[in-house]
Amino acid sequence: MTTAAVRFAGVTKRYGSAEVLRQVDLELAAERTTAIVGESGSGKSTLLQLINGLVRADAGIVEVLGSDLEAVDLLALRRRIGYAVQGSALFPHLDLTANVTLLARLLGWSSERMATRLGHLLELMELAPELAHRYPHELSGGQQQRASLCRAMMLEPPLLLLDEPFSAVDPITRVGIHAHFERLAASEPVTVVLVTHDLREAVKLASDLVILRNGSVAQAGPCDEVIAAPADAWIERLFRSQLG
Amino acid sequence: MRLAAWIVALLLSAPALAERAIVVGSKNFTESYVLGEIVAQRLEGEGFEVQRRFGLGGTLICYEALRSGEIDVYVEYTGTITEVILDAAVAPERSALVEPLAELGLLPLPELGFDNTYALVLAGDRAQALGVERISDLRGHPRLRIAFSHEFLRRQDGWPGLRERYGLEQDPVGIEHGLAYQAMVRGRIDVTDAYSTDGDLERYGFAILADDLDFFPRYAALPLVRSDFPHAAAAVIGSLEGRIDAERMRRLNAEVVIGNRSFAAVAADYLAEEGFAASPRAAVTWRSEMLANLIRHLQLTSIALGLAVLLGLPLGIVVHRSARASRSVLYAAGLLQTIPSIALLALMIPLFGIGLVPAVVALFLYSLLPILRATVTALGSVDPTLRRIAVGMGLTPWQQVRHLLLPLALPNVLAGIRTAAVISIGTATLAAFVGAGGLGQPIVTGLALNDPNLILQGAIPAALLAIATELLFELLERRLIPAHLRQANS
Repeated sequence: MTTAAVRFAGVTKRYGSAEVLRQVDLELAAERTTAIVGESGSGKSTLLQLINGLVRADAGIVEVLGSDLEAVDLLALRRRIGYAVQGSALFPHLDLTANVTLLARLLGWSSERMATRLGHLLELMELAPELAHRYPHELSGGQQQRASLCRAMMLEPPLLLLDEPFSAVDPITRVGIHAHFERLAASEPVTVVLVTHDLREAVKLASDLVILRNGSVAQAGPCDEVIAAPADAWIERLFRSQLG
Repeated sequence: MRLAAWIVALLLSAPALAERAIVVGSKNFTESYVLGEIVAQRLEGEGFEVQRRFGLGGTLICYEALRSGEIDVYVEYTGTITEVILDAAVAPERSALVEPLAELGLLPLPELGFDNTYALVLAGDRAQALGVERISDLRGHPRLRIAFSHEFLRRQDGWPGLRERYGLEQDPVGIEHGLAYQAMVRGRIDVTDAYSTDGDLERYGFAILADDLDFFPRYAALPLVRSDFPHAAAAVIGSLEGRIDAERMRRLNAEVVIGNRSFAAVAADYLAEEGFAASPRAAVTWRSEMLANLIRHLQLTSIALGLAVLLGLPLGIVVHRSARASRSVLYAAGLLQTIPSIALLALMIPLFGIGLVPAVVALFLYSLLPILRATVTALGSVDPTLRRIAVGMGLTPWQQVRHLLLPLALPNVLAGIRTAAVISIGTATLAAFVGAGGLGQPIVTGLALNDPNLILQGAIPAALLAIATELLFELLERRLIPAHLRQANS
């Protein structure tokens, strides 16, 4: 935990006249899981999409895996960043295997390498081999969600971005997926940035916490420290209401 | 633009010149077909190689085709030359026409001997009941239902001039000439225009109204060629001078429309009776003709459709991201779609001459909209989250198109191509009007002859072709699209 995987310095983002992020300074530690929480409209999804360049900052510097986003080959960078979103977003015309291995195939991976990596991920995510050739609509919600994590991790990325990935499944399934995710995060040297509106989920899965409010960082730090010492009354109320 | 058109026309006519075959054209009514056959067989009888481009849709099409070298000769009428081609006050006599036509690079060959002027006709029994014998008598019957061929309605020597000269007040509607007589027989209309040598007049017993105020000019038939037409061939055609009088022409026409004989047979008999050498051209059976028409039809539609896919699909992919670009492109394509097909075909002639090329271009323009619209709509309806993932995971723009957008858009795109194909097959039947052949050939001829059998020989295969195309695309969908996406989109 010596370097930051992602660094924001004075980052501002506007949509039209609305300022979604205001002068954000933030460092996300490498090989740890950071949860970004906040109410809807707090700018947390925007913050995540700034990291893989889906959204460009109007001011400030975004540094990802050691490179300034403005000066980097975005395509190459994105291939080093796993990305999964709410509702799995698997491609409906491809079966599970084809979904997970799409980019690896396009990058010319050998079939052995591909099979090894795929096998490992499916095993880790407890996706049975007979599911490998099912289309997304033939999988359960939980299976789809796990498959989308496999897709995000296929190229062994050093950075994984998760945008509310577990919010579309029912609570019981979610508990199972949380376990799968923790196994995954523990078994690979990956930095995870998890956006969620569920504080419980954040505390359970992440080691670090970033609380956004109206486009600014209200508080950031290791989970236990933040929970032990809320920076202001609003955050304290938030903890009390959501964590009980 | 003009120059480009001439270059294209030149390029297209080059192969015809190289073969040295003389291309004989005709308009799309019986007499023109018969005269076209007579000219063609007369030339063949003297050893010339001849190509036939019959059934061209009207004077201007024939004229443009002649000037651009798409055809080398067709039979025109002196009155039509003065009114439509020269648009000048010149006597409708060959001698008076030579000079003004020479300025256009054209040459009128000697008159064939008959005058086929316009005439107004009335069903015989109606004429008797109403006591109408002359055109002036129409003044007393303002309620008569009049339908004229579209050309007659517009020409200065047609209805506009006629109404003025006779002071008529009826309000005629336009009708395809081939359908007018049927409408008369069924009592749907009372009066229409006819040609005075029309073989049908006898068959239906129509009364020809006398042109008592001498309105209609002289329509003497003569073969029209370009000034550079080979002298030897001109001399052969010239041998027909004065050899067909009005009575003879009416009989030749009647042999076709009443006697149900082919143009070729009627022409061959005429030439034999006149003591000319017979054409060595073997009689063509309708079976081989239908096959040739079918093949030509497939050619027309598949080339046009292929081009439309080649342009429409990439264009759709390029513009679909910008709402404004999509709108303008769809608007332009939609505008093309609103041009009536026959008009679009006619507009192609100055640019591309006649034959395959203008027809393919027109069909291509028609096919573009359904394909473009389907592509733009289908791509636009792809889930934005999937797009975001595709970009975020590091797919190149082309990879996004190839591996996400196109596969998901495919059901709708295929449906668009299918629509375009069926439209093309239908519209291509009109291509015969510009000399492109295809299944429209028997339809056009059948309309000219008022022969439902002949019309069906084109219409039925065209319908079957459309059905076969639907089935083919269904098969293609099954092949290319996973079942769950087929259902989701149908």
